[in-house]
Amino acid sequence: MSNPDQTPAVAKTSLLKLDARTRKRNAAETRFKAYGMIAIGMGLLMLVILVFNIVSRGTGAFQQTFVTLEVELVAAKLDKKGNRNLDDIKKVSTFGYAPLLKDAFEAKVAVAGIDTGIKPKQMAAILSKSAAAQMRDFVIANPDMIGETVAFEFLASSRVDGYLKGRVSRDSIANDKKISPEQLDFVDQLVSEGSVTKRFNMSFITGSDASDARPESAGMGVSMIGSLIMMMVVLVLALPIGVAASIYLEEFAPKNWITDIIEVNISNLAAVPSIVFGILGLAVFINYMHLPNSAPLVGGLVLTLMTLPTIIISTRASLKSVPPSIRDAALGVGASKMQSVFHHVLPLAAPGILTGTIIGLAQALGETAPLLLIGMVGFIASNPPDSIAAGLMSPNSAMPAQIYEWAKRADPAFYERAWGGIIILLVFLVSMNTIAVILRRRFERRW
Amino acid sequence: MNTMRLTESAVDTDIKITAKDVQVYYGDNHAIKDVSVEIQDKTVTAFIGPSGCGKSTFLRCINRMNDTIDVCRVQGDIKIDGEDIYDKRVDPVQLRAKVGMVFQKPNPFPKSIYDNVAYGPRIHGLAKNKADLDDIVERALRRGAIWNEVKDRLDAPGTGLSGGQQQRLCIARAVATEPEVLLMDEPCSALDPIATAQVEELIDELRKSYSVVIVTHSMQQAARVSQRTAFFHLGNLVEYGETGQIFTNPVDPRTENYITGRIG
Repeated sequence: MSNPDQTPAVAKTSLLKLDARTRKRNAAETRFKAYGMIAIGMGLLMLVILVFNIVSRGTGAFQQTFVTLEVELVAAKLDKKGNRNLDDIKKVSTFGYAPLLKDAFEAKVAVAGIDTGIKPKQMAAILSKSAAAQMRDFVIANPDMIGETVAFEFLASSRVDGYLKGRVSRDSIANDKKISPEQLDFVDQLVSEGSVTKRFNMSFITGSDASDARPESAGMGVSMIGSLIMMMVVLVLALPIGVAASIYLEEFAPKNWITDIIEVNISNLAAVPSIVFGILGLAVFINYMHLPNSAPLVGGLVLTLMTLPTIIISTRASLKSVPPSIRDAALGVGASKMQSVFHHVLPLAAPGILTGTIIGLAQALGETAPLLLIGMVGFIASNPPDSIAAGLMSPNSAMPAQIYEWAKRADPAFYERAWGGIIILLVFLVSMNTIAVILRRRFERRW
Repeated sequence: MNTMRLTESAVDTDIKITAKDVQVYYGDNHAIKDVSVEIQDKTVTAFIGPSGCGKSTFLRCINRMNDTIDVCRVQGDIKIDGEDIYDKRVDPVQLRAKVGMVFQKPNPFPKSIYDNVAYGPRIHGLAKNKADLDDIVERALRRGAIWNEVKDRLDAPGTGLSGGQQQRLCIARAVATEPEVLLMDEPCSALDPIATAQVEELIDELRKSYSVVIVTHSMQQAARVSQRTAFFHLGNLVEYGETGQIFTNPVDPRTENYITGRIG
């Protein structure tokens, strides 16, 4: 019989020698750390692969091949009556300009002494289809220049551009009707002569979408404006509504089953697939309220619905994180509930609210699915809108929708532009998130 | 010293706050049971008792801070100067301007020292202009016995002060709105002995102008600063009387057990 009060005798062990249990525990810890490092390493590797892929495929879109060509603006063709009347000049369509390009190439070949077997028409085919229109725009803007010889910088056709970027080779164009090996030889000669060059292409960032016939002139600019207008709508609507709703729910609303249901629903709404909001927008804003199709206003409204739960949840979290002692202090000196919220709680919660709003906006900026349903995905080669009102109501696309549109087109030149568009979109998202981090750091207060 | 206070407090017998049959419920929990008490003007009244006995809850009834807790219900009469503060016509905001409060943990606003004190007068419109407000702030800080320490850095954040200074700043903030009653909920529990001594000195000073009600866990503190003491136990007001009498000659055995350290 042993005495229960007596502690059992423990064998004396050395601290310098690890026992089996400790070794096992240490091994488990080491293994766990290794798993963690492997997981992080995999994540980083994926990120590197992603960034490398995007950059290597997308940077091409920011460069474009240009052909410098001196064109004589023959008066006999562009202004037959010779009176420089703008209305008469406008009657000459781009077909009237096309022969000038052929003549210009013929002259160029003669001057530079390039020996080529192809016909002038084929020479002109290395230019983009937009070349004639570019010339016509220039002439209409400067009618005085008719009769002069002007040096133009034309976009090269997407095949030529692809050839210079290495996307198109003589093998790959074996069955291509748009370009022949002889034309590529001619391009080579022009490159060595210096009139075909590759340089940074601003119009990819500022321009509008273009049809299948001329991928080389397609740009993100107009869809970027569409996205920005949508974000403005989201900010103007979602921020005040979201903040007001959260303040009411967090500070004023009684805690009963009705507010419980509202709370649960808000959390659920945050998880609703965005396409559901899209079909809601289609049903309510377009079919019922008869707002225009494809308009950024409608897109903004749909994205507002989608962003609201995110903003409400983050705003409530940041209101909750303000210590109750601050509210007590304000009430204790005789502030009303509203004064205590607006003078003390809200300023302290502001950085969190801002961060949540920016994250919500970034989410909305990258959203494509709801735009499918309200018609903001599609070929919308509109010009930049003249005013904000026009921008709200006139059909437009959005950055992710534009990228989707390009990615599904057959021509590989558009594929490159889709990757380029992704770079622009990511630049926007990363800078928004950076702003969110900076704001949080900057306005964070301790108490 | 206690005997001196006994004679002193015998002089002023104005009743400032009258509570009659006060019941407080937190949901189903009956937290305060049948408390009736008369609190005198220009007196420091201490509420003592073990944790959870309801002394803080009762204190928060006096300026209706319990209104902010959804599940809390208050029954019975609490009158200040003969006016029922739970009357439907009474706006709790106006009441709280009249009944200032200092909390357990120093809770200055994360703003400048000046703005901390000026906030109350600003929202109540007590100052006509900037010079007026400057005067009010200076007076309040002097009464909070912190003016000399902060007069050169009124723009510094109030949260940057030490704990004791923060608590005195909170007292200055409370007196800046010219209240008639000052409620203090364990104002020294987060402070070291030196800061405690400063705050206690301040409380004694404030007694000249206000009716001060202080909740404290420290019986020594109650004995040091108060003229009258109320002992709460399990939601009941067990005994209420002159501080000297409570500590030297308690009537109820529970009071005696508590002050001698046998319960609580």
